Amino acid sequence: MGLALKPHAITIDAGSTDSGPQKLGLGEMTCSREAYVKDIEVLLEGQHDAKVPLLISSAGGDGTNLHVDVFRDIIAEIAQRRGWRFKLAKIYSDIDKAHISRELRAGRIEPLGPVPPLEQGEIDAATVIVAQIGAEPFNKALDESEGIDVIVSGRSYDPSPTAAMAIRAGFDPALAWHMGKIMECGALCAEPVGRTVMGWLRHDHFEIEPLNPAERCTTASVAAHTLYEKTHPFLLAGPGGTLDLSNCKYEQVTDRRVRVSGSRFEPSKHYTVKLEGAKTSGYRSIFIAGARDPIFIGQIDEILARVMAGTRAYFKEVPEEAYRIIPHLYGKNGVMGDLEPVKTPAHELCIIVEVAAATQGLATAICNKTRTSLMHAPYPGRIATAGNLASPFTPLEIPLGQACEFNVYHLMKVDSPTALFPIQVEEIA
Amino acid sequence: MATVPTPLRDIAKVVRSKNAGPFEITLDIVFKTKEDFEAVKQSGVITKELVSELYNVPTQAIITFGFFDLVNAVKITLPRPRPQGGIGETDMHAAQQHVPLQEIRVPWPAP
Repeated sequence: MGLALKPHAITIDAGSTDSGPQKLGLGEMTCSREAYVKDIEVLLEGQHDAKVPLLISSAGGDGTNLHVDVFRDIIAEIAQRRGWRFKLAKIYSDIDKAHISRELRAGRIEPLGPVPPLEQGEIDAATVIVAQIGAEPFNKALDESEGIDVIVSGRSYDPSPTAAMAIRAGFDPALAWHMGKIMECGALCAEPVGRTVMGWLRHDHFEIEPLNPAERCTTASVAAHTLYEKTHPFLLAGPGGTLDLSNCKYEQVTDRRVRVSGSRFEPSKHYTVKLEGAKTSGYRSIFIAGARDPIFIGQIDEILARVMAGTRAYFKEVPEEAYRIIPHLYGKNGVMGDLEPVKTPAHELCIIVEVAAATQGLATAICNKTRTSLMHAPYPGRIATAGNLASPFTPLEIPLGQACEFNVYHLMKVDSPTALFPIQVEEIA
Repeated sequence: MATVPTPLRDIAKVVRSKNAGPFEITLDIVFKTKEDFEAVKQSGVITKELVSELYNVPTQAIITFGFFDLVNAVKITLPRPRPQGGIGETDMHAAQQHVPLQEIRVPWPAP
C-alpha cells in the first residue's frame, strides 16, 4: 500500500538496546530467525516490485557482524526460494578492540551520559563492541556500486538509513535527520499509534502521514514524538552533529498529515560515533513462589533476611562477594524496589529470588538452599506449619544461563565517518 | 474558584517512563491542552526537588528537567538506578517507573 505512493526508498531499522545486553553479550538477536525470515520476505517483495533501494539497519538488533551475515543468509535463502536477484551491500560495524584501546590511550573516548570512563579491562571483557554508523557509510555503499538493491548494515544510528538517502539527494540534512528520527519508529508518531508511515521530503519542509487510514498524524502527536525514549525533547545528538528541534513549526496539512519545518542541524566539532558493548557477568538461577498467608506476608522482610543469612552461613566456604541473592517481591515492591511509594503489601505475593554466581551449578545450589529454607522457615505466630510457599513450576529452581551487562557506552572520535566500516557488495541470485 | 488536589493521572494525556539508552530513564508528562500545561506549570508543584525526592536522585544528578512549551510536556531524564538488564534488574524497559509522577497532586478546579 505504501508502495503505491512511489517512495524513493524503503528503510527499516532493526536496532535497539532496549531488550537488553544479552544480544551483544551472547550473540542473541531481538527476534527469532523465523520471525526475521517472515518480515524480510515482505520487505524484499516490496523491493522486488518497486525497484527502489531497501535499507535495513542494525541487523539482529545489536548490529554485530555476526548478525549482518545472518541477515545476508536469510536474504539469500529467500532470493533462492522466490527466484529473485539482488545486488546486496553489507556494511559492518564491529570495531577492532586494538583500535579502541589506542583511541582510549589517545584520549579520544568519552563516557556518554551517566557512565563511568572507559577502562582497558572493560574493553577486554566485552564480547564484542560495535559503533553506531551515521549516514555516510550508506551513501558510500550507494555511490561506489551502481544499482544497489539492498543494504544490510551493522549497528546504525536509528535514523541513518532514512536520512542517508535524503542527504545523498541533496536535501537539507536537518530535515533529513528529523524525518528519519520520526520515521525510524514507524507510525508511533500517529494517533492511535501504528506501524508504517510515509514521509515526503521537500527542500524546505517534510510531511508525514501514517499508511493506515484509521490513524492520523496531528501537530501534537508529531511534535511530541521526539520526547519518546530520548534524553531531551529538542536536542538530539547523533553521529556528526546535533539536531535542534526547538524552533520547529508543525502545521496540519490534511486531517491525517503534518508538515514540519524549521529543524536545524549543528555539526559537531569532531565527528564521533557511539560505541556499544556488553560483557557476561556470571550465571543466574531463580525460583518463583507464591505466598498467601497474611501472618507470613506481614513479616516477609525479616523472614527473608534470616533465610539469606542462613544461606550465607551454609555456603561459608564461598566468598560473600562471589555471589548475590536478590529477592523480587511482587505485590510489595517488585517493580519499583526502594522507590515504591506504597508501603502496604497486597494479600498475596509473588516471590522471585534471583541468585547470581560464577557458575550455573553454584547459582542453582544457592537458589535451592534459599528456597527450601524459605519454604520451611519458622516465624513468630506461624500456624501454617507445613510450608510457607506455593510453587507453581518445576524445575523449582530455574537456571537462566549467563547474565550480561552493558559495559561500553561511550563516544569515540573518528577521523572519517566511513573508514572503520567495511562495505562488501555481492550479487545474490 | 474552588480547587481540589487532583492527581496528574486525571489531568495529563500521557504519563510514562522508558529507557533512554541503557543508562538513563526518561519520564514524560504530556498535557491535553496548552491551558492544562500552563496551569500545572504555574502551580509550581512539579520541581526538581520533588523529582529528587520521588526518585531518590540528587538534584544535581538530574540530566533533563523542563517544561517544554512547544509540546505541552514536562520531560525529566534521570540516571538509571542500575545499568539496564544486568543482575538485579526489575524493569528492563523502565516502562513502569512512572507511577510516582501520576500520583502527584496539583490544585485543580473542582469537578
